[in-house]
Amino acid sequence: MRLNRDYTRRMILKGLRDGLPIGLGYFAVAFSLGITARGAGVSPLQGWVASILNHASAGEYALYALIGAHAAVWEIAAVIFVTNMRYLLMSAALSQKMSNRAGFLRRLGTGFSITDEIFGLAVAHPGTVSCTYLWTAFLLADLMWAAGTLCGILAGNVLPANVVTALSVAIYGMFLAIIIPPARKSRILAGLILASFACSFALGRLLPSLSEGMRTILLTVVLSGAAAVLFPLKDETEGGTKE
Amino acid sequence: MSSGEIWIAILVAAGVSLLVRALPLTLIRRPIKSRFIRSFLFYVPYVTLAVMTFPAMIDAAAHPGAGIAALAAGTVAAWFGAGLFPVALITCAVEFLTGLIRF
Repeated sequence: MRLNRDYTRRMILKGLRDGLPIGLGYFAVAFSLGITARGAGVSPLQGWVASILNHASAGEYALYALIGAHAAVWEIAAVIFVTNMRYLLMSAALSQKMSNRAGFLRRLGTGFSITDEIFGLAVAHPGTVSCTYLWTAFLLADLMWAAGTLCGILAGNVLPANVVTALSVAIYGMFLAIIIPPARKSRILAGLILASFACSFALGRLLPSLSEGMRTILLTVVLSGAAAVLFPLKDETEGGTKE
Repeated sequence: MSSGEIWIAILVAAGVSLLVRALPLTLIRRPIKSRFIRSFLFYVPYVTLAVMTFPAMIDAAAHPGAGIAALAAGTVAAWFGAGLFPVALITCAVEFLTGLIRF
């Protein structure tokens, strides 16, 4: 019992420690998102609720753009589905890192918490993922994400444009911090990342009409599939852990 | 859009997002045996994040030079083990400074 409480406390502390840098990055990105939302006529409260519930950068950009364009509800549903479709794959990957005993609510809660970065944390966590850890990191990051959106809507015009631009690259810096360290240890991953960069660039040029969300899905399926055929995992390691 | 319509749009988006995120997790209940699918799922996050980073990062910057500089700086910092927040900070700072340079 005591051991259990200690473990829970450790996981909460670890969640706070890893969630804080993600949340700080989120705040900056969500701030620029808030500026977009403000332009679409979204109120501060609406922006806060939308961010708590959606917590997805590309998906929310699409949402505010569609609200600004007076799109139909079914269109919004379709675009959100496509821009967030990568979460289907992440969710499937995470299903392999859940304890067998995890029930429906625990799985639903873990699913709700999926973002690119929280997923990154789950992947980096060795073995079965701790829901306490994941949810602590997620709650902190999600609140900061929503706070960023709120501040962006309230005070969007205060920051100079070049500062907003600089803040908007923060999210990509975080992506790099997730994918580059494992690439240092594995040449296969390094090659795969370079191939992904090249294909993403090429496809963007060849088919500019293809949305970013669709491009992400298409390349994820094709390149991960090719990598799985050419370089299958060696032993019985779990979906997310490595070596 | 009216305020009511915006609320509906937000709730529909939230419902679809939750569905996409939670469906596989609630449906796939046992370890996947297939080596192909396990390998596929292992590679997914790297490809997804890489595709979303490039060239979007270059387009988000003030000009392509600033984007490339920020990408390079972030990659080097991450390579040498800097965490999420330091890397994000470095990319922002490099974008800001190189963004000031006009050609």
